[in-house]
Parts: sequence; C-alpha cells; structure tokens
Amino acid sequence: MRVLLLVGMAWTLAAQTAPPAGNAQKGRQLFQSDGCYQCHGREAQGGLGTGPRLAPRPIPFAQLSKYVRQPTGQMPPYTGKIVSDQDLADIYAFLQAQPQPPPAKSIPLLNN
Amino acid sequence: MAKLRKHSVDRRNFLRSAAAGTAAIVAGTGGAQAQQVQTQAQATRPAGAPLLARETDPPSTVEVLTADRPGSDFMVDVIKSLGFEYICANPGSSFRALHESIVTYGGNSKPEFITCCHEESSIAMAHGYAKVEGKPLLVMAHGTVGLQHASMAIYNAYCDRAPVYVIVGNSIDAAARRPGVEWAHSVQDAAAMVRDYIKWDDLPVSLTHFAESAVRAYKIAMTPPMMPVLLVADGDLQESPVSEKTKLHIPKLGQLAPSQGDVSAVAEVAKLLVAAENPVILADRAARTAAGMKLLVELAETLQAPVIDQGGRMNFPSRHPLNQTEAGRGLIANADLILGLEVSDFWGTVNNFKDQQEKSWRPITKSGVKLVSITASDVYKSNYQEFQRYPEVDLAISGDSEATLPSLIEACKRQLTGDRKRVLEDRGKKLAAAHEAAKERTRTEAAYAWDASPISTARMAAEIWGQVKDKDWSLVSGGGWSHRLWNFDKYYQFIGGSGGAGVGYGAPASVGAALANKKYGRLSVSIQNDGDLMYAPGVLWTAAHHHIPLLAVMHNNRAYHQEVMHIQRMGNRHQRGVTNAGVGTTLLDPNIDFATIARGMGVHGEGPISDPKDLGPALKRAIEVVQKGEPALVDVVTQPR
Repeated sequence: MRVLLLVGMAWTLAAQTAPPAGNAQKGRQLFQSDGCYQCHGREAQGGLGTGPRLAPRPIPFAQLSKYVRQPTGQMPPYTGKIVSDQDLADIYAFLQAQPQPPPAKSIPLLNN
Repeated sequence: MAKLRKHSVDRRNFLRSAAAGTAAIVAGTGGAQAQQVQTQAQATRPAGAPLLARETDPPSTVEVLTADRPGSDFMVDVIKSLGFEYICANPGSSFRALHESIVTYGGNSKPEFITCCHEESSIAMAHGYAKVEGKPLLVMAHGTVGLQHASMAIYNAYCDRAPVYVIVGNSIDAAARRPGVEWAHSVQDAAAMVRDYIKWDDLPVSLTHFAESAVRAYKIAMTPPMMPVLLVADGDLQESPVSEKTKLHIPKLGQLAPSQGDVSAVAEVAKLLVAAENPVILADRAARTAAGMKLLVELAETLQAPVIDQGGRMNFPSRHPLNQTEAGRGLIANADLILGLEVSDFWGTVNNFKDQQEKSWRPITKSGVKLVSITASDVYKSNYQEFQRYPEVDLAISGDSEATLPSLIEACKRQLTGDRKRVLEDRGKKLAAAHEAAKERTRTEAAYAWDASPISTARMAAEIWGQVKDKDWSLVSGGGWSHRLWNFDKYYQFIGGSGGAGVGYGAPASVGAALANKKYGRLSVSIQNDGDLMYAPGVLWTAAHHHIPLLAVMHNNRAYHQEVMHIQRMGNRHQRGVTNAGVGTTLLDPNIDFATIARGMGVHGEGPISDPKDLGPALKRAIEVVQKGEPALVDVVTQPR
C-alpha cells in the first residue's frame, strides 16, 4: 500500500513537471518569428553577450516558462499576449529536439 | 567686362617674391624628434597681425597671377617635421594650396596623400592607424561640410582616447572668398562644431603661429589621455606667398613623458594588492604600447592575480593562465579589491543594471570591497556624457596606467614576504586550473550549431583562426568569438573598438590599421559588420587604390542587430509582439551582395557564403590575395551573434 502511494505521488509530480505536448517543427518557426533567435541563435546555441544557450537539454519547462513570463535578468518579458502557452510548448519541443553537437575534441579547428 | 580679383602689391609683396624666387629651404626631418629648423622665408603678413588689418590696403591695379612660394609650402615643412607618414583626405578647395604643396613641393612622401571617399573614413582610418602605430597620421578636411562629415568619427576617437590630428581648411577673410560655394563652405569658428570632443584646437593667423600651434597640437594629442586635436589652415594664409625677409622657425617637439600616479598613493595600492585575498585587475585601455602589455603581465604574475581584459586595447595575452576574462563576473562578485586600469565604465563593471520598464540596478560586488582606479582619463568635458555613471572608488589615482605600472610593480615586490609569495603561488595554481577549465568549456560551447547555416559566429572565428594562426596576423576590427578561441599574445594583434560605438568605424579603422601594419608585413584581418560597412563602403576603394592589404571577413547577419533587439524589447514591453521589429532594422530584400560591391571597388570578393564547409577554402583564396599586398573581402552570412 505504501509503495503504491509513493508510486502514485511520483506519477503526479512527473505529470506536473512534464512539459505539455508540443510540435517541434512549429516550435522552430515560432523560435524565429517570436525573435528568440535574435539573442539565442537560430539553433538556440546561445548568442555571445546576448542570451545563453537553450538547447539541447533545455532547463525544465516550468522553469523556462516562469522565466519567459517574468524574467529576472535582461531578457524582455514575453507575456501570454505575445506567446501563448501552446506556443511556448511548441518552442520547448523544438529545444528538446535539438541534436547534440559533435564533441569539441573531434573538431580539429577547435583544438589549435 | 569681367572683374578679376586683384591683390595688393604691398600685401602680397609680389615683385620681391618673384625676384627672389623660391627662397625657403626647409628639410623635413622625417620624424617627430626634437629638432630646430629655420626657413629663409616668412609670410608677408607679420606674425600675429590680425587678418582684418588688410582691409585697409589700397586696391591694386596689378593683377597677381602666381606665387613662387606659397605659405602652404612652409606648412608642409612643419608637417614633415612632425613625422607624419600619411595624410588621409577627401579633397576640398579650402585646403587646395596645402594639397598641392603636399603632393608636389613635399614630393607626396612622408606624408603620402591617401585618397578617401568620405571624411568619416579619413578620421576613422587615422583612428585605426594610431592604435597600431602609436602616433597619429594627418587628416585634412573642409572646414564646414568636411568637418561635419568627420564629426562622428572624431567623437569615436575622442571616446577611445586616440590621437587624431586634423587640419581643416577655411576662408576667414570674407572679402577674399569666391562667390557661391566658398561662402557656403566657410565658417567663423570651424572648430566650434567639434570642440566638445577634441582636446585642443587653434586658428593660426600667421605662419609662425601655424608652426607653433602645429607642434603644440602634436604634443597635446600625444600626451595621455590622447585625443583628437584640430588646426584651422586659413586659405589666404596657405595661398599667400612668403618672403625671405625674416626667418621662419619650426619649434622643436621634444620628448614627451606621460604623467605617473602619485608615489604615496601607489605605495598604498601596492599594500592593498599584496594583502588582498581575492584581488582582481581590470584592464580596459591599460596598455598603450607593447611595453604596457608586458608590464601588466609582470604585475599579474607578481601578485598571481586574475586579469579581466575589457578589450579597450590589447592588454593581456588571451591564453595566459591569469587571464580570467571568461570568469569575469564571478571574480568581481567575490573580490575584496578591484584595481581598474584605464577603465572606461567602472560603475557598469561593478553593478548590474536591468533595462526593464522600471530601471533597476544593484552592486554585484560584496560589501567591503575596495575599488582603486588608475587613469589619465579622469579629466572630462561636460556636454557629451561618455564619462559614464559616477563610480564610488575608494582611491582614484590620476596618472597614466602604463606609466604608473613600473612603480606599482616595484612597490608590490617590496611588500612581498616569502610566506606571502607562497600563498600567492597557490592562488595562481588555482587560477591556472580555472583558466584551463574555462578554455575547455569555451571549445564545447563553440561546437554548438557547428554545421548550422547561416554560419555560427563561433564557426566563423574558428575557420579564420585555422587560416591565420601560423601567420603574423593582426585583428584590426571585431572581436567576439575570436577573443575566446584565438591565441593573442602580441600587442598589435588587437586594437580595441570604436570608443564611442558610432557605427561606421569598423571598415575605415580596419583600413587605417592595415595601412600601419603594411610596412611590417602583417596580415591584417577584420571581422566586418554589414551595417557598419554600409555607412561608407568607399573605403574599400581606398584600400584597393593604395594597395593596402586587408582581409575583411563579413559578419553579415543582414541587420542592425543591436537595434532589432531594442525594438523587440519595446514590442514586448508594450505587449504588442515583435512582428514588426525588423522594420527599419534589417538589411533584407534585397540581400546585399558584399562580394560584388568589393569587386566593384577593385577588391577581391568571395561569397556570399552560407555553407560552413565553403568558408575555409574561400578564406584561403582571399588570404593568398592579401599576402600579395591587396585587399580581399569574404562575405559570410552569419547567425545574429
């Protein structure tokens, strides 16, 4: 019984923190049209002095969503009027879908 | 019957001059060394005599058509005595006599006339040149429209503490002006329009006055804080003949020594530095010369203290273990002592300012941190606000950083005990490990979007580095990823930025710096922003015409990207979205074909290149051209930043 309760709690927590379903392809388009790429790069790789890398392995959706709505740094706020929750979910799907880069050690130009 | 302009025989001393022929004998010294040169000639107008005095001269019935020895020849003697290598100018009738004297009487050598297509280019070329060569070249401009064109670039040089030497032509005597354009191009007080952002100016009314002011201007420009200076060369003074009556004299320049910080204050800083557990050295325009860079290394190694290079000059080797620029903010937050050397924005370095609807700021330093500044630039004018917000510095030492470093290093060494040295060595080892870890992180970050198109700025920097690393290179404009990936260890390998952030600096400053690098056989490289080049692309023609070798690699993000972000910020703040942020801020439709523009100016052009695989071969081809002594441009379509 106790085990079942723990499993149930874990499932509930996971459901709360799991990102909503999103469309990565649409997310890529929104990442461009909403201007995210201007600071974070077209592949969300980060921009020098403008915005950090967002992908691959983005921060948890809840954290990202909170920051986008109420940024604590230099980023301008994207309220729900500008980017809907569904748009944000699509963008998140795009970030999750970004591939890992090749290891830096495998790139001769980065080792001289 | 058309009336010809006639000159007073007395005033012009025509017959005597004609009989005497060219009397002046002045040899250029070829260097700005201490020297004393005399001429046998003198301007007919007595030294110091007001220009208006000639209003009372009786009208002449003799038409004067020639002058064997114009005042402008003596001006050239003065200019040569100061050792200028080049004159950058767009031609203008207000200095027509001086122009002719330079290219004929002066032999168009030391200085050589460099044809510019815009006065903003002339000044920015001088700006870039000065930072490589350590001395000014000469710029000539029209006193009105030319100086108006030049003004933004002068402001950049002022903010960047760069010595730029400007002579503007003007026609003071209204009665002597040609009707029409010359009136529109004449002004009562030419320097007024730039006086807020130059260090000194003068309007000489005699040749003796010109000589003294020319040497004085050079001295003032070259004494830190170095800044632009301006002389007005009156058209009549240029064109009037000189006589042999009285000897003209060119004053000697003498050696110049910058001011040093107060000895007791320096000793106090040394105590603080040696005692500090977490000191940080900030260097912005700290190193004025290669010697300054070596001194900064010596100071950092003596203290085993981290250096954050803010990039106003080439201050510190990028791969030195004590270069902790990557860890800048964290180190500042943890510092108990911060020493700023020629830091242009100390407040902005130790505070976090948020550009949201309600502006806010907070210190990022911990409580009790001591702030010390050494700078020659704590002397400001009030109108233009480039002096930044007031920093609450505990000890502000007025003096040139580079000149103060030797005494500071010695004072630190005197404070060091054996025990303290061991503690500092341990700190140095930790910093070296942190430097290596930061380098590794940087390489990993650079790999993201490695194969993306448009090309990532990290990939572009890595591709250029791959082509230039084994050559004697000099990055004359741009930075970004190159500073994170390249091995900068020589002073001339970087010259800092524009100073005033006036867009349009990059292209001409690069050409000017490349002009200085030319005689040393260095490979000058610029990372050239698209918006910047569009201000005055004619400088490409100047580079081609004068065979100035420069590799310009376009960082072509097809926008005034900084402004895109500002409009996006406003769209978000106003909750109207960013859809229109590209209106008025992007350079699309049509896309600009920079390679074609370059070819049209006589410059080798490659691109546009969007596929990163094509970049290396294009750079290689372009470098082959540059190494033959010509400019080349590679247009790279890039990510925004």
